[in-house]
Amino acid sequence: MLRFIVRRLLQLIPILLGLSVLLFAWLRALPGGPAQAALGERATPEAIARYNELFGLDEPILVQYLRFLGRAVRLDFGTSARTGRAVTTEFFERMPGTVELTVFALIFAVGVGIPLGYLAARRHGSWLDSTSVIGSLLGVAIPVFFLAYLLRLLFAVELGWLPGSGRQDVRMDATRITNFYVLDGLMTREWDAAWDAVLHLILPAIALGTIPLAIIVRITRASVLDVVNEDYVRTANAKGLAMSTVRRRHIIRNALLPVSTTIGLQAGLLLSGAVLTETVFAFGGVGSAIYDALFARDFALLQGFILMLAVVYVLVNLLVDISYGLLDPRVRAR
Amino acid sequence: MQPLSAMPAEPVLEVEELAVRFTRRGEQPTRAVDGVSFTVAPGETVGLVGESGCGKSVTSLAVMGLLPRRGVEVSGSVRFQGQELVGAPDATLRRLRGADMAMVFQDPLSSLNPTVPIGTQVTEVLLEHRDLSRKEATDEATGLLDKVGIPDPRRRLKEYPHQLSGGMRQRALIAMALACSPRLLIADEPTTALDVTIQAQILELLRELVVDTGTALVMITHDLGVVAGLCDRVHVMYAGKIIETADRHDLFARPRQPYTGGLLASVPRLDGGRGAPLTPIRGSARDTIPWAEGCAFAPRCDNAQDDCLTEVAGSTVSLEPDGPGRELRCRHPIQYPPSPAGATALGAAR
Ligand SMILES: Nc1ncnc2c1ncn2[C@@H]1O[C@H](COP(=O)(O)OP(=O)(O)O)[C@@H](O)[C@H]1O
Ligand code: SF4
Ligand SMILES: [Mg+2]
Repeated sequence: MLRFIVRRLLQLIPILLGLSVLLFAWLRALPGGPAQAALGERATPEAIARYNELFGLDEPILVQYLRFLGRAVRLDFGTSARTGRAVTTEFFERMPGTVELTVFALIFAVGVGIPLGYLAARRHGSWLDSTSVIGSLLGVAIPVFFLAYLLRLLFAVELGWLPGSGRQDVRMDATRITNFYVLDGLMTREWDAAWDAVLHLILPAIALGTIPLAIIVRITRASVLDVVNEDYVRTANAKGLAMSTVRRRHIIRNALLPVSTTIGLQAGLLLSGAVLTETVFAFGGVGSAIYDALFARDFALLQGFILMLAVVYVLVNLLVDISYGLLDPRVRAR
Repeated sequence: MQPLSAMPAEPVLEVEELAVRFTRRGEQPTRAVDGVSFTVAPGETVGLVGESGCGKSVTSLAVMGLLPRRGVEVSGSVRFQGQELVGAPDATLRRLRGADMAMVFQDPLSSLNPTVPIGTQVTEVLLEHRDLSRKEATDEATGLLDKVGIPDPRRRLKEYPHQLSGGMRQRALIAMALACSPRLLIADEPTTALDVTIQAQILELLRELVVDTGTALVMITHDLGVVAGLCDRVHVMYAGKIIETADRHDLFARPRQPYTGGLLASVPRLDGGRGAPLTPIRGSARDTIPWAEGCAFAPRCDNAQDDCLTEVAGSTVSLEPDGPGRELRCRHPIQYPPSPAGATALGAAR
């Protein structure tokens, strides 16, 4: 197991190197550089040259890259041209927001998706089954951006039931420890702050969780329909076990294996979906920062954020693989 | 007749006119089992023999009440220790299954849950049907694995099915089936998925266990070799119906149904006949006609004559007594010249 983890972490190195080269090249190929974005369209060539010199953007690209790499290994990605703060600091302030959003979206998707998928399978052919099949087809088809916009418009702007922007009401003046606002609220026993953070998470989490929800419903349903026909379920019934035991130990446990793989694959989708969702809800996470930085041609922040996100992504997948091994002894053996 | 018929008259299992129809939506209904009757006495081993697809598994699943409720019509009667099981509530069946009647399946790997340790899969039967603590159940499970010949049972209890060999898996399944000392054990081709040497070991194990405990055994197989070593009485099935019933000895010595004769000729015999050529039955199990139109075996039968293909006096080819302890469904059975019992002409006389 340890060897497996170490090997996966070592695989990160070439991934990050390749990604950083691509990122570096891509950003510099974008029309309009950071100077233009910062100084406006009518900036004089002299002003642009001075700006570039100041930020080291006038040097050959290879030199820039090597300098970037040298600092990056020390987790130093420079300062954001837009906010003037260290990129790394900014990241660790914002990443918890994205993680919270993703976790809530997953809780929503898993918590609703698995029971719904199971029920649909057990009532195969019923109206509940057909509804969930059609619903899950629609769910995947709706663009995240559009759904987020609709939810915000209806429940935040029109009905005013839930907050439609930010991570927490600024008037809360909550204490910050980990920058996971819900967690901080619980740790400091500032219950109202925690609750306010949860309320802020609901709409974005639903928007972000809908596609995974639809996929989980579909996979769970198909998987349960498969598993109930397995020989070992017949064996369990032949043993005269109570239906609840058959269901829990023999059907659901095995039906969840493909579901857990799917959830693992969703991690990447969720991270990219978070960018769009955060933008709509002005949610102070990594996603909205990347979105803003892209328009500001904030190279330092983009490079730092995307590389660190890649690390998070790989770590999440590693975690998924490890938990998959815990669920399925056949995987553990390898 | 075998001395077994002198057993107490009370059979463990009485199956009467059992019929199973699959009625899938959008598909033509298939009659997988078509009026099967047989009984099993305590301590008796009854064979259900026939080519793949003749309805052996469906018969056993119907007896155990394990067929899905939807899309399946079961009729006739299955009485277990006098209690009617066809149409019995699910709770009744679950109380009996695993405790009083148990089953061993064909493919040990797919019949075991891959994500649950062997130990749990054994103890769950004990905990379900008997009033044991977890600790007692584990001890009992250890003893069971030991009894079915699994070495180092304590360690094996913690292992998963994929860590065991095929033979060990089938032994584990047998341990689960015998955990609560059932009165009836149905073994559906328990050795088909195993290597030849392992097959013999598993059959020997089943034989010992049945002899030791007096459990009635229904042995389902397509392999007459298995029948020869194990069964007291044999029912040969074809296309959902029993076509010949006889004690093992009679069946091997004088098969009457041409299909039975064909089965015997197509397997290597251990008792002499070493040089005899193996002659497979013509065609395949798919070359059949509906029983309503005559004898389902007619398209493949060397003895077939015109009257095999028509119903006679409004009845299809029926199962008739054929001498002591025998029954036969055939209009032109195999004849044996000097017949000491003098009772073989019944089938031919029709
Ligand atoms: N679930 C099912 N749905 C429809 N037909 C089935 C089903 N199970 C079995 N059958 C049919 O019933 C017949 C008997 O099958 P089975 O009892 O499995 O044969 P075997 O003697 O090989 O055990 C076969 O023709 C098979 O196609
Ligand atoms: S009834 Fe006719 S066709 Fe059928 S087995 Fe007997 S001889 Fe052959
Ligand atoms: Mg079968």
